[in-house]
Amino acid sequence: MTATTTPYSELAAPSTARRLLAAPTTGPLVALLVACAFFSVSTDQFLTGGNFSLIVQQVMVVGTLAIGQTLIILTAGIDLSCGAVMAFGSIMIAKMAAEGSLPPLVAIALGIGVCGGFGLLNGLLVQKIPLPPFIVTLGMLNVAFALTHIYSEEQTISNLPGPLTALGETFPLGNTDITYGSLVTIGLFLLLAYALSSTGWGRHVYALGNSPEAARLNGIRTSRLTIGVYTAAGLLYGIAALLLISRTGVGDPQAGQTDNLDSITAVVLGGTSLFGGRGSVLGTFIGVLIVGVFRNGLQLMGVASIYQTLITGILVILAVTVDQLSRKKAR
Amino acid sequence: MSRTTRTSRSALAAAALTTAAALTLAACGSGSGSSPAGGSSDSVKVGLITKTDTNPFFVKMKEGAEQAAKKHGAELLTAAGKFDGDNAGQVTAIENMVASGVKGILLTPSDSKAIVPAIEKARAKGVLVIALDTPTEPQSAVDALFATDNLKAGELIGQYAKTAMAGKAAKIATLDLAPGVSVGVQRHNGFLKGFGIKEGDPSVVCSQDTGGDQAKGQTAMENCLQKEPDINVVYTINEPAALGAYTALKAKGREKDVLIVSVDGGCTGTQAVKDGKIAATSQQYPLKMAAQGVEAVVNYAEDDKKKASGYTDTGVTLVTDKAQGGVTSEDTGYGLENCWG
Repeated sequence: MTATTTPYSELAAPSTARRLLAAPTTGPLVALLVACAFFSVSTDQFLTGGNFSLIVQQVMVVGTLAIGQTLIILTAGIDLSCGAVMAFGSIMIAKMAAEGSLPPLVAIALGIGVCGGFGLLNGLLVQKIPLPPFIVTLGMLNVAFALTHIYSEEQTISNLPGPLTALGETFPLGNTDITYGSLVTIGLFLLLAYALSSTGWGRHVYALGNSPEAARLNGIRTSRLTIGVYTAAGLLYGIAALLLISRTGVGDPQAGQTDNLDSITAVVLGGTSLFGGRGSVLGTFIGVLIVGVFRNGLQLMGVASIYQTLITGILVILAVTVDQLSRKKAR
Repeated sequence: MSRTTRTSRSALAAAALTTAAALTLAACGSGSGSSPAGGSSDSVKVGLITKTDTNPFFVKMKEGAEQAAKKHGAELLTAAGKFDGDNAGQVTAIENMVASGVKGILLTPSDSKAIVPAIEKARAKGVLVIALDTPTEPQSAVDALFATDNLKAGELIGQYAKTAMAGKAAKIATLDLAPGVSVGVQRHNGFLKGFGIKEGDPSVVCSQDTGGDQAKGQTAMENCLQKEPDINVVYTINEPAALGAYTALKAKGREKDVLIVSVDGGCTGTQAVKDGKIAATSQQYPLKMAAQGVEAVVNYAEDDKKKASGYTDTGVTLVTDKAQGGVTSEDTGYGLENCWG
């Protein structure tokens, strides 16, 4: 393993460094800062600690999904099933803990495990048959959606035991209340950012996305890597499920229906290329914050919510355009 | 080196464009909004959160809120979920509105139960929360409910259908909303009550969910006719579903001898009553719900006493051009004057 990793990482290192500097994340970061500056001037409720804590809370669920989505997109795949898998996980956790009389922590572990199982299944279908990720996850979207509604019997599950909503509790930091869930999300972003930029595994993910064939010839076990990425993404969706429960205080079978596209939006806004091999999870974090900041800022200004959708759409097209143009120049 | 420079230049260009777009749109948005940004400090802020912002029912509700806000010099903030059932979107909207300092929030909950914790948090911060159109579960989670009595709306068309059938044996299809959604359940049960039958009565030969959607209503009716060609009464959750049913019946040449009844009173639906496609509909008044809601918030802002409480029926009227003895109704002239959408 080390024998194959070392020569490859030497090859990859300069291009990784360049990737971080030449920075698909520079544009998104500038956009985020400009948006923040604009809203700070436009409304005096925007630039407060409480409001920023609120924005992070509001993006933590889609943000955590988007970490998994980033991993998959880096391998030139896509996952349409993430929101539905998360909804199933959240219903499982809520129902098992509230009605099935399982200890809450066991229910949480089972729920996250089942989400990982969905990811594993996606990965196996993509890698072993093989099938296009778009089709596999489109199918899985419907499977998970249906299972959610069958298992929940269309009922919202309330009166959840304390440990399920513990991540929604807050602790004070100065004058600002921060939810523990926000910390979990930020921690996961940092963890995956480190894993992608500084471990052999991370370089292999980029290599796989750039060219599966070249990666394979370099001795990377691409099959295992692909399945591992989808499984890891599934586990992240499971954690997102727990965050969702803690945020809303209920198990909601209707949840997550647009979260697949919302997570892809965040990934793209963060400068990750849909063609794979290029981008970062920190970019994705900026991407979800852009969506959250626009939604919050426009609401504070009293702008109707349909304009948020309009602006998000324009931003996505701009982000993809930048990606496409910079790829052309890089060639 | 030159490559790096070029990449960052295009990134900067993108950032500039983004900013320009954001500024332009935000400016447009606030321009068409209800109040200039400068007036925000002294006028009362009222939030309106609907299930979606594309359904004409909610468009009319927003219009009612805007008129009332203008009349009382209040500032209206609006938001909506992305789809019917988008609880997370409504939670986010509540939080953002509370952060912007609203005095009260008017809300049509997408998920009656799931929204409750977010409402409790808002109320704990002294915000008056009023449910419009759809009750929360429990109903006491909000300060007040302004809504149509959906059971009564169903009952009216049930009574109408019973009278219009004049003793003929009925074979009924019910085109419902979706499982577990209170509005749909109440209308359905009201219809059965008005018709004088119970759930599970053999005269109800087909029940299908339509989500209140015209295309799904048509598919549902086609399937019901396949199952039971002699259906002669069709109850529908709303007028789009009714029009879908009409299309399916027309394809079979049955549109003249089947009685379709519905609930809503939208302008398209009321026109369909006038055209004879739908026999009768129970008309509801979203504009009134919103207007009364805004007034309640403005009153609350005046003396900080929450006076709005409990359930306020915003009224429902049976609209038909073929009035039946013993069932009070208005004609489509009245219906079209008061319709929404």
